[in-house]
Amino acid sequence: MKITPKDLYLQRRRFLQLGAAGAVGLLARGAAAAKGAVHGEKLAGVKPMSKFDTTEKKTPFEDITSYNNFYEFGTDKEDPAANAHKLVTKPWVISVEGEVKKPRKYDFDELVKMFPIEERVYRMRCVEAWSMVIPWDGFPLADLIRKLEPTSRAKYVAFETVVQPENMPGVKGFSGIGFPYLEGLRLDEAMNPLTLLATGLYGEALPKQDGAPLRLVTPWKYGFKGIKSIVKIKFQETQPATTWSQYGGGTEYGFYANVNPDVDHPRWSQGRERRIGEFLKRKTLPFNGYGDQVASMYAGMDLKKFF
Amino acid sequence: MVSRKALVPAAFVACLLPLAWLGGRYLRDDLGANPISELENRLGFYALSMLLLSLACTPAQLVFKWKWPLLLRKLFGDYAFFYACLHLSTYVGIDQFFDWREIGKDVVKRKFITVGMATWVLLLPLAVTSTQGWQKRLGFRKWKRLHRLTYVAGVTALVHFIWRFKTLNTQTSIYASILVLLLTVRIVFWLRRRKEPNRK
Ligand code: HEM
Repeated sequence: MKITPKDLYLQRRRFLQLGAAGAVGLLARGAAAAKGAVHGEKLAGVKPMSKFDTTEKKTPFEDITSYNNFYEFGTDKEDPAANAHKLVTKPWVISVEGEVKKPRKYDFDELVKMFPIEERVYRMRCVEAWSMVIPWDGFPLADLIRKLEPTSRAKYVAFETVVQPENMPGVKGFSGIGFPYLEGLRLDEAMNPLTLLATGLYGEALPKQDGAPLRLVTPWKYGFKGIKSIVKIKFQETQPATTWSQYGGGTEYGFYANVNPDVDHPRWSQGRERRIGEFLKRKTLPFNGYGDQVASMYAGMDLKKFF
Repeated sequence: MVSRKALVPAAFVACLLPLAWLGGRYLRDDLGANPISELENRLGFYALSMLLLSLACTPAQLVFKWKWPLLLRKLFGDYAFFYACLHLSTYVGIDQFFDWREIGKDVVKRKFITVGMATWVLLLPLAVTSTQGWQKRLGFRKWKRLHRLTYVAGVTALVHFIWRFKTLNTQTSIYASILVLLLTVRIVFWLRRRKEPNRK
């Protein structure tokens, strides 16, 4: 295990225990029931340990599945865990469109069988200045892209989340963004070995609040780039419109959204983050600590302008 | 119904219930994945709610001709300050862990924090002078004028609340509508009173 200045970081449980010390605390802790997040189906044959894995302490399953941003199910962090069970994920069809040799629709079950599933333990940095360490299961997006054979005009990949208004209270309600949720990557970003299409976490099928059955994971970018419950993948020549980069006239979130401690959100600093489960904030790293793998893709770009 | 005499003590206890509820969740380790943020947000939310309750008392009296809301105005206002102080303490003592440099940067650089701080600074003199003694000392007219600042604090607190989220959402829209409604009532009655010739 990597030794971080962990002694400094009081863990959350300790923080809670400190205050709850004494008889009342002991009683209360006895009564504290672990909040059971719904576990998904166990995934078979997951290849463990990739060279990109971080050895940092993993965020508990319970936290990863109870603290989410998934505006289709509401704007509070607890809303997705409460509402996402309504999402219908079977059957699930992913439409591959645009600049590829053979545009076609894939059934999710067919798609997952095309690639070996591997585990990737990645840091996840949310734009709201908190972070987690998540053991994802999935396959590199690059593997899929190679199979799809994009044409020479394919410069970008656009993604779209499912819209099921009847099952998504946030879509019918008032959440400030439009639906469907849109994301996009430059083709080289999509081909980067770090970029993952996740189908599970902790070796189990992806919980709905985390974007079942298929979601994007780009660990050097803010979490919102990791579009959930994908139903469309489109290859195109022009930079796709994305939900958050359109929001607020494009002044608040850029298309790239690379983790960057030097570019603040207009209303809060991105210099530090709170790792879920820790007491003190830690410094945010450029590219969320994945600079070695990704910085070269942005050589010569002014990252304050292309934020 | 609570008798008039019991109203204020009953409200005093009722206003502590959110804190007790929060304390219970804390002891049960039930504050979610990000307990610090949850604690901080809940306390801020209670402060804003108390502030709006306090601001609702006069409009309620004007519209419904009830007298009893006025008995609660000071209590709600004091509680707004009380929760704001707990909220601020959580921010300083837990969220930032007394990192004064970061706090200074936050207050200056993040307008979301700047308006929060402005709200607290506005509430401070109001809380201090909320007593009858101060009402006498300042004279009623001056005191009244000073306490109109509560509306300014209501607006800045609301902006702080709205800016904390990435988008305008249901909760913030409801709170914004409530504040607009309360302000409208005040303005309508103020205009109406100005038209009456013998009231100056
Ligand atoms: C002293 C200055 C203040 C500071 C530094 C401050 C700071 C903060 C911070 C850091 C948050 C949480 C952000 C997050 O976790 O995302 C917050 C939320 C909030 N604060 Fe303040 N605040 C201050 C004063 C106030 C006052 C005076 C009020 C109300 C009267 C208030 C009402 C709120 C509300 C309503 C929220 C959001 C609660 C929710 O999300 O439900 N704050 N504040």
